[in-house]
Amino acid sequence: MITDFLFYLFAGGATLGGLLMVTRRNPVSAVMFLIATLFCASGMFVLLGAHYVAAINVILYAGAIMVLFLFVIMLLNLGHADWRDLRTPFGGLVGGAVAVAFLGLLARDLIGDVAPLAGSGRGAVMSVTAVEQGPIEAIARPLFQEYVVVLEATGLLLLVAIVGTIFLARRRSA
Amino acid sequence: MSGVLGVPAVGAVAALQEHAAGSFEPVLPALILLFPLLGAILNGVGAFLWRDEKRLPSLIGPGALLASFAVVLVNFAGVLEAAPHEATVVHLWTWIESGALRVGVDLQFDQLSLLMCLIVTGVGSLIHVYSVGYMREDPGYSRYFAYLNLFVFFMLILVLGASFPIMFVGWEGVGLCSYLLIGFWYENREYASAGKKAFIVNRIGDVGFLIAMLLLFTSFGTLDFIPIVEGAPESLEYGGLLVTGITLLLFLGCTGKSAQIPLFTWLPDAMAGPTPVSALIHAATMVTAGVYLIARAGVLFALAPVSQGVVAAVGAGTALFAATIAIQQYDIKKVLAYSTISQLGYMFLAVGVGAFTAGVFHLMTHAFFKALLFLGAGAVIHAVHHAWDQAAHGGGHARHGDPNDMRNHGGLKAFMPRTWAFMWVATLAIAGVFPFAGFFSKDEIIWDAGAYGYPILWGVAIATAVLTAVYMTRLMVMTFHGESRTFGHGGEAETRTHLHEAPAVMWVPLAILAALSVVGGWVNIPEALPLPRFEWLHHWLEPVFEPALAVAAAHGIEPAHVAPAGGGEALWAGVSTLAALAAVLLTVRALGARRVPTAAEAVAPTGFARVLHDKWYVDELYDRLIVRPSVALWRGCWRVVDAGIIDGTVNGAGHVARLFGWIGGQLQSGRVTTYLLVFMLGAILVLGVIG
Amino acid sequence: MSPTLAALGTTDLIALLTSATLFSIGIMGVLLRRNAIIVFMCVELMLTAVNITLVTFSRVHGVEGQVLVFFVMAVAAAEAAVGLAIIIAIFRHYQVVDLDRFRVLRW
Repeated sequence: MITDFLFYLFAGGATLGGLLMVTRRNPVSAVMFLIATLFCASGMFVLLGAHYVAAINVILYAGAIMVLFLFVIMLLNLGHADWRDLRTPFGGLVGGAVAVAFLGLLARDLIGDVAPLAGSGRGAVMSVTAVEQGPIEAIARPLFQEYVVVLEATGLLLLVAIVGTIFLARRRSA
Repeated sequence: MSGVLGVPAVGAVAALQEHAAGSFEPVLPALILLFPLLGAILNGVGAFLWRDEKRLPSLIGPGALLASFAVVLVNFAGVLEAAPHEATVVHLWTWIESGALRVGVDLQFDQLSLLMCLIVTGVGSLIHVYSVGYMREDPGYSRYFAYLNLFVFFMLILVLGASFPIMFVGWEGVGLCSYLLIGFWYENREYASAGKKAFIVNRIGDVGFLIAMLLLFTSFGTLDFIPIVEGAPESLEYGGLLVTGITLLLFLGCTGKSAQIPLFTWLPDAMAGPTPVSALIHAATMVTAGVYLIARAGVLFALAPVSQGVVAAVGAGTALFAATIAIQQYDIKKVLAYSTISQLGYMFLAVGVGAFTAGVFHLMTHAFFKALLFLGAGAVIHAVHHAWDQAAHGGGHARHGDPNDMRNHGGLKAFMPRTWAFMWVATLAIAGVFPFAGFFSKDEIIWDAGAYGYPILWGVAIATAVLTAVYMTRLMVMTFHGESRTFGHGGEAETRTHLHEAPAVMWVPLAILAALSVVGGWVNIPEALPLPRFEWLHHWLEPVFEPALAVAAAHGIEPAHVAPAGGGEALWAGVSTLAALAAVLLTVRALGARRVPTAAEAVAPTGFARVLHDKWYVDELYDRLIVRPSVALWRGCWRVVDAGIIDGTVNGAGHVARLFGWIGGQLQSGRVTTYLLVFMLGAILVLGVIG
Repeated sequence: MSPTLAALGTTDLIALLTSATLFSIGIMGVLLRRNAIIVFMCVELMLTAVNITLVTFSRVHGVEGQVLVFFVMAVAAAEAAVGLAIIIAIFRHYQVVDLDRFRVLRW
C-alpha cells in the first residue's frame, strides 16, 4: 500500500528527472536533475530490498561522480552555457525515432517470450540470507569469494583510470 | 645426293615387282607432301633473311615441286601397273581421338587421288618454272614462292586426305594461300580487298561443308572415306532427307570453293593476284577441289537424286551465265576468269548427272589449256608492261595504261609468235575442236547430259559451247590480230621496238602445256568414235566410282545411246566440232575487220551489252542485300552491345564499386555524432535480432 | 508472460518499465544534445537504468545482480573520470565542447 505508492512516486520521479535532465540548456541544471534522478533511483532500490546498493548509489554515484561533473563544468566555465545546442528538427526526429525504437524493443523483450533463465527460487533465498547476514554481508561475501578476481581487476581498472586521467588532462608543456 | 633419287627408283621397281595387280603400295608417300612444305618453310624464312637474293628461291621453289612431281610419277606408275580395286591408306599419326571420333592423318592412294596429284604437281611445276621469269623483278620473290609452295602442300593434302577432316584441312589451307596470293601486292588496297573477298565468300561455303561433316559423323560414327563409301548404300535411305541434306551442304561448300552460283563473285576479283597464281590456283587446281569433293563423295550424291539435279542445274546455269559475261569483258584475265567459272560449271554438270569420269576428265584437260591460256595472257601482260616501261625510260612515248586491257593490245602476233601459236592451240582446245583435248572431254559432258535424261541442260551446254568459242576467239582477235594499239593507233613502229617475246623460261612451259592440250584428250576416246584405245580413263577410274555407279544402276539410271534430239554420239561429235569451228571463223570474220578503240578512248557499252559488261549486277545485288545490312548489324552490335552494354556493365561495375566506397566513406566522417548514431543503430539491430 | 516475469510482482514490472524508459531517454539525449558533458551525463543515466534492471532481477535470481551493480558503478566512475579528462584536453584545443565541432576522428 504505502510502499507501493512510494514506489510509484519514486519511479515517476526518476522518469521525470531524466526527461528534465536531457532538456536543460544549462549544464548545471542538468547535473542537478540527474542527481534528483539518482535519488529517486536509490529510493526504488531501497523499496526493492537492495539497501546496500541504494546507499552506494547515493554516496558514490550522486556524491562523487556527479560532483566530478560539477567540478569539470566549473573548471571549463560552462555554467552559463545558453547556446542553443539541441539539434535541428531532422536530427531530433532521428534521435527520437531511435529512442522509440529502443523502447519498443525493450518492451517487446519484457512482454514477449524470453527464454526462461535458471534459478527461480533464489530470490527467496536471498531475502532470507539478507535477513540472516545483513545486507552488507550478503553482498560482501560473494564479492570476496566468488568474484574476487573481478574485484581485483576492477581495482586495476581504477588504477589505470587514475593514471590515464592524470596523463590526459595535464597541461602540455609548450 | 644420288641416294635420294636412287632410293625411290629402286623402291619403285621393287614395288612393281612384288605386288601383283590388285593392291598398291605407295612409295615414300610422305615425301610428296614434305617437299613442298620444306620449300615453303625455306622460302618463307628466306623472305626475311635475304632481300635481293633471287637464285636460291628460284631453285628451291620449282625444285621442291619437281621433286614432289618425281615421287608422284613413281607412284602413278605403280598405280598404273597395279590397277588396284581398293584404295591404299597410309596412316601417319592420329590427330583427334575424342570419344567416338577418331581422325587420323591418313593419306589415301587410289587412281583418283594420284591423278589429281599428278595434275597438281605436274602443272604446278610448270607454273613454278614460269614464275621464275614472270616474277623476276618483284621484291617479294621469296615470299611468292613460299606462298606458292605452301599452296601446293595444302592442295596435296586436300587430294590425298583419306577422311573429310583431313580434306577440310587442305580445303581451308588452300583458301588461306589463295588469300595470301591474291593480295600478294598488299600495298594496293583493292588487291587486299579482293583477297579478303575470296576468303570470306569461301567461308560461307565452308559452313555447309562443316555441317555436312557433322551430319555424316552422326550417321556413320566415322569421317573416313572408305567406311562411308562402303556403308552408305545400306545406312542411308535413297533419296531421303538426310542424304539430300548432306549432299546439298557439301555442294554449298563446292559453290564457294569452285566459284559456282551463288558464291562465284570472288573469282573475277581474284585476278588481282599475279598471273601465274591465277593460272595455278584459279584455273588448274584449287577451284577444282569442289569437283574432286563430289567425285570422292560420289556414292552419297548417287543416293540423292534431288541433289544431283541441283548440282547439274547449277553447273549448267553457271556455265551459261559466266559465258555471257565473258563476251563483254575487256580485261584479258577477267575473260579467262569467267571462262573458268563456265568450264567449272561443265564439270559440275557432269558429276551432277552421274558421269563422274567425264567430270574428272574435263578437270584434267581444263587444267592443261586453262593454265596455258593464263600463262600466255601473263606473257602478254608482261610484255606490254615491259614495253611501256622501256619506252618511258628511253624518253619516248610515256604512256602507261592497264596492261591487262585488251584494248591496249592488238596485233601482237607479229611480236610474240610463239605465245600466239600456243594460245591458239589452247583456244581450239577449249572451243572443243577435234582432235584437241577439250573436244573429247567437253563433248562427253554434253553427250552425258543428254544421255542421262536432262534435255534442257543438254541444250544449255551446247549453247554455252558456242559462246565459249565466241568469247575465246574474240580474246585472240583483240589481243593478237588486227592493228597494234599498245602505243596508240599507228604506233606499230614503237611497239616493234619495245615489245618482245617472252623469255625461254616462260614460253617453254607454254609449249609443254600446248602439247598436253593436244594429246591430253586421247586418254578417253569414247567408243562411239572409230578410233583406237577407247575409254581408257573411264575403265581405269572405274574402281573409284563403282559404288556410286552401282547405286545408280540399282535404281535404273542408265545412260541412253541416243541424244534428246535424236542421233548417236558420233553424229553429235561431228556436229559440235563443226559448230565450234564455224563459231570461231565467223567471230574472226566479224571482229577482224572492226576497229577496236584503245582503252583511253573507250566508250561505255550501252543496252544489253552494258548488263553483260557489268556482270549482271550480281556484286551490286549482293552488296545491297547482304553486305550492307550485315555491316549495319555488326556496327550496331559493336556500338550497342559491345561498347554500350558490355563495356557499360564492366565500367558500371567500377562505378558501383566506387559508389559503395563513397557510401562507406560517408560513415567515416570523423564526426563523433555520426559514430554515436551508427553505434545506436547497431545496438538496435543486435537487440532486434537477438533480443 | 515468461516464468521469470511470473515470479515478479507488479512493482517489479513498474521498475523494469521505468528502467526501459530511462534508458530510452538516455539514448535520446545522447543523440540530441551537442554539449559533450550533457551527452556524458546521459550515458550515466543509461547506466543508472541498467542498475535498476539489475537490482530488479536480483530479487528473482539472487544477489549476483547487486554484485554486478557494484561493478557497474565502479566502472562508471572510472569511465567518467577518463572521459572528463579527455573533454578537458579537447576543450583546451577547441575552446568549446560542441560535439559537432569534433571532426578529426578518422583514419
